[in-house]
Amino acid sequence: MTLADYLPIGIMAVLAVAFVTVALGVSKFFRPNRPTPEKLDPYECGIVPEVEPSQRFPVKFYLVAMLFVIFDVEIIFLFAWASIWTELGWYGVAAILIFTFFVAETLAYVWKRGALDWNVRRRARYLTEDIQEAA
Amino acid sequence: MTTVERAANWARTRSMFPATFGLACCAIEMMATGAAHYDLARFGMEVFRASPRQADLMIVAGRVSQKMAPVLRQVYDQMPDPKWVVSMGACASSGGMFNNYALVQGVDQIVPVDIYVPGCPPGPQSLMHGILTLHDKIMAGEIVR
Repeated sequence: MTLADYLPIGIMAVLAVAFVTVALGVSKFFRPNRPTPEKLDPYECGIVPEVEPSQRFPVKFYLVAMLFVIFDVEIIFLFAWASIWTELGWYGVAAILIFTFFVAETLAYVWKRGALDWNVRRRARYLTEDIQEAA
Repeated sequence: MTTVERAANWARTRSMFPATFGLACCAIEMMATGAAHYDLARFGMEVFRASPRQADLMIVAGRVSQKMAPVLRQVYDQMPDPKWVVSMGACASSGGMFNNYALVQGVDQIVPVDIYVPGCPPGPQSLMHGILTLHDKIMAGEIVR
């Protein structure tokens, strides 16, 4: 694989950037631009906005992102092993199994702890029965 | 009119997206105009956009109460230029049969109107005639945005 084999990808990248630039640039040149304060208000079905909506977001999205990063890095290592797995032989299989076992242990912990539940009332999951009665 | 202006007017006419502002009974006639028998889609107005950000033409179909007037103005303001307004029916054009304190006597007290379509309610042919007259006025260069 020489560098010239990647030329079609380079041409496509240039064309993609050029297409976007021309489309946005030409329309910016031709369209009327008359901003008014009412026009720039966020659309609220015609109600004049008085209060900015709160910027809080649920923490579960952060958890999902963090877990994705961890397992994505694991997958990258698996890809690296998979591309030359025949040359690594049984030693490679054993090494990657040990690595995957540790990440799978993480998955089991996360699963059991309820971090993958989306809309379940989490307190009910690991309260023991007598505490549940008192609660 | 230059060729570019003529081309721009042609494009604007053939691809006008109406914004739904059906308030009362005229909305039913507007729906009938968009439906299969009197088809508005053959004139390029395939989709009635729900959001004013994506619409060119506001068809005010129905009675505008005093409470609804600021909402109407805000929705009109949030449409991007170029924009046009069709006042559909007697109530939108002049208050109609409701000459009272609750309704705005004519939507042109709030937004600038390009075409008034009379009727109570105007049949789909009347509304379509109004919209096509608007197209003709834009093509002839009478309305410049």
